Amino acid sequence: MKFRQILLDGIWFKNPILVLGIGLCPTLAVTTSVSNALWMTLATTFVLTCSNILVSMIKNIVPPHIRIPIFITIIASFVIIVELTLKAFQPQVDKALGIFIPLIVVNCIILGRSEEFASKNSIVSSIIDGLSMGIGFGLTLVILAFFRETLGANKLFGYTLIPGMEPSLMMIMAPGAFITLGFMLWAMNVIKAKFGNGGE
Amino acid sequence: MEIKLLFTILISTIFINNYVLSQLLGLCPFLGVSKKLDSALGMGLAVIFVMSMASFFTYFIYKFVLIPYEITYLRTIAFILIIASLVQLVEMVIEKVSPPLYQSLGIFLPLITTNCAVLGVTVLNVDSGFFNANLGLLKSVVQGMGAGIGFTLALLLMAGIRERLELADIPKNLKGLPITFVVAGLLALAFLGFSGMRI
Repeated sequence: MKFRQILLDGIWFKNPILVLGIGLCPTLAVTTSVSNALWMTLATTFVLTCSNILVSMIKNIVPPHIRIPIFITIIASFVIIVELTLKAFQPQVDKALGIFIPLIVVNCIILGRSEEFASKNSIVSSIIDGLSMGIGFGLTLVILAFFRETLGANKLFGYTLIPGMEPSLMMIMAPGAFITLGFMLWAMNVIKAKFGNGGE
Repeated sequence: MEIKLLFTILISTIFINNYVLSQLLGLCPFLGVSKKLDSALGMGLAVIFVMSMASFFTYFIYKFVLIPYEITYLRTIAFILIIASLVQLVEMVIEKVSPPLYQSLGIFLPLITTNCAVLGVTVLNVDSGFFNANLGLLKSVVQGMGAGIGFTLALLLMAGIRERLELADIPKNLKGLPITFVVAGLLALAFLGFSGMRI
């Protein structure tokens, strides 16, 4: 099935972070807690899916040489919608994610999918592609955030795990982000080497 | 007093709040272009230039267009368009004025538009409240330039390490991107030491 392939591509074979290595800034910066990671996933998936739909709708009337500015404008409009909605209904989330909400605009995943997938495929496949890429992005973020929050703050969703244990502050700061993602990529390479590359 | 503040902004954006290693901005080019020392230097110089220019222009657009017409919620869209056209402009000027420089910088220029550190510095300029401050323009440009210099510093350090890493004996599955992340983590750990600095 074609749709099944698109779905699997987004989650595993072409996972935006682990395989393609794009969209790294929000990945490392907002994964200080699992709830931040989930909100970021929600915001990014929304922008990704909506811009995929719109790009796919206008793909035949966009002049090829000015397509990038048009795509960026579309993406930026959806990001502003997300930014204002979060400010109005979830101010503490807006505060926690801070500058990384406006920076969804320059998340290479979104522009990459508009350029590579949505501008060539039908609306339905573009929606599925947007959702599956969002899930792939989100899974990586949540796993990364899980390790960083439990080790770095001794907490999960804000609840203390082991009372009295001193957490390793490094994991919640920048070095922990880099090192955890490095080990995740290592683990992924080991899995790939062991089981082959699956359906590819 | 103001001079001292400018100096503080410069030092803190280069070392203490290094955009790449402590704020985690601009990671895609940081990992993509740090394989060779020469290209890292070229990319770094281009980023310093674009960041300073972007801080300069967004200051005027924000202060004299977005604030008077009360459309500050459009800042993201306005800033990204400014950066994109700025990069295009810089590319055309360099191509016309200095072909050799264009030869060495050319391929990096289009990449800068999607470098989140550039949009990041312009948004941070707004959030730091430089638009109402004394000498706001100068502060914005200094912050932009410092961010660019910090980015270049991190990029050069990383490129130097990665050139040596090519020859190192690393487990097969750890080769490539995974070890690069671990090295970046150690580098970030070293930069944490600057956070104890008082100026």
